[in-house]
Amino acid sequence: MTDVHALSGAYAVDALDDLERAAFERHLVECAECRAEVASLRETAALIAETTAVAPPPELRDRVLAGIATVRPLPPQTPAATVRRHRPRLLLAAAAAVVLVGAGGIVWQEPWADDTSQQVSAVDAVLTAPDAGKASEEFPGGASATVTYSNSLGKAVIETHDMPPPPEGKVYQIWFDQPGKGMVSAGVMPVVADLTLLLAGDASTATAAGITVEPEGGSEEPTTTPIALFEFAGQDA
Amino acid sequence: MDHIRPVPAGAPSPEDGTSGTDLTDLLRRSGRGDEPAFALLYDATAARVFGLAVRVVRDPAQAEEVTQESFLEIWRTAGRYDPDRGSALSWLLTITHRKAVDRVRSAEAASRRDTSYQQHNQPVEHDSTAEAAEASLEARRVRGALAALTEVQREAVGLAYLGGYTHTEVATMLDLPVGTAKTRIRDGMIRLRDALGVSS
Repeated sequence: MTDVHALSGAYAVDALDDLERAAFERHLVECAECRAEVASLRETAALIAETTAVAPPPELRDRVLAGIATVRPLPPQTPAATVRRHRPRLLLAAAAAVVLVGAGGIVWQEPWADDTSQQVSAVDAVLTAPDAGKASEEFPGGASATVTYSNSLGKAVIETHDMPPPPEGKVYQIWFDQPGKGMVSAGVMPVVADLTLLLAGDASTATAAGITVEPEGGSEEPTTTPIALFEFAGQDA
Repeated sequence: MDHIRPVPAGAPSPEDGTSGTDLTDLLRRSGRGDEPAFALLYDATAARVFGLAVRVVRDPAQAEEVTQESFLEIWRTAGRYDPDRGSALSWLLTITHRKAVDRVRSAEAASRRDTSYQQHNQPVEHDSTAEAAEASLEARRVRGALAALTEVQREAVGLAYLGGYTHTEVATMLDLPVGTAKTRIRDGMIRLRDALGVSS
């Protein structure tokens, strides 16, 4: 616990990496002490900004004011809207069957996306395949992820446990390392802490899988360094 | 006089003691779509927003983009600002800082990373951009408080907040064991907070 508290200063000045930040934000929900400390340190950081003030070019003012004129301010956050942010974690029971992503309305782009039963059975087939191999990663804060792959089925499944939600406006995206092609998207992960998901693409040719943090909607290729890498060992013919 | 004020005339002064309340009110009105109120908010805070963006991203053109994106976000989400959770200025600079940091990290910022360590390692008060900084009483008070930190605290806080580096990067840059930099950053920020009389 004390270890998590110690991140408050680095959090207040944005000096945590994406995963640490997600883990600390989850801690903040439960820790009033850290919330108060972060607030006071952000006030302090704002004072540091006094020392770097520089007048912007005058034309920037016109651009900013012209820009805002075309944007509608969001309504205030009502109690209901505040609760919604944490809803995905309450819906974990359904996680195994989730094929649609909550944040940003990203749609899982696979032919079986609209057929959950088919995905569930494909997941079972991979998890129970005689040639199934496993690779796991642990994250700070107790989260973990395991990729199970089957050469004979050419498919892989990722299972996450206690995964902190990605930073706001971001998603976790999973990739296959395909020799000769580089990192190929295996899909955007639905925002749930405990997830079981069949990955898109051919797992039998992949040498590894990785997770990166990407802007909502996912990316064509990884834009950040992976937060987790799963090496596929012993993929012999 | 050395009270250089690069803020358009007529803007509320951040030193007049009532600016906090004014900013909160301007932000509240902005949340209701009041464009003239937002223009006043811009005039009162643009130097700090732009200055922070320049200090973190370094490239003035990119800093302008960060400033523009930040003010757009501030306008869009003004209605969600909750005065109970912090001052308007802190809220607005938190948005700015996040955008600046996102910019340098996602761009991999090759040129910036190539910049010599020496440059980043200069004490905040001698930084080149600081020459153009607003010489307000508040800035001087903050520089005094920064100078009172231990050297490693001052460097860790400076690299993290003004350099936009992660605590792990800061640890490497300062030759600290991994895991120590976050403690230095926190210690330094707490000491600064207490020296500046920020209520906790």
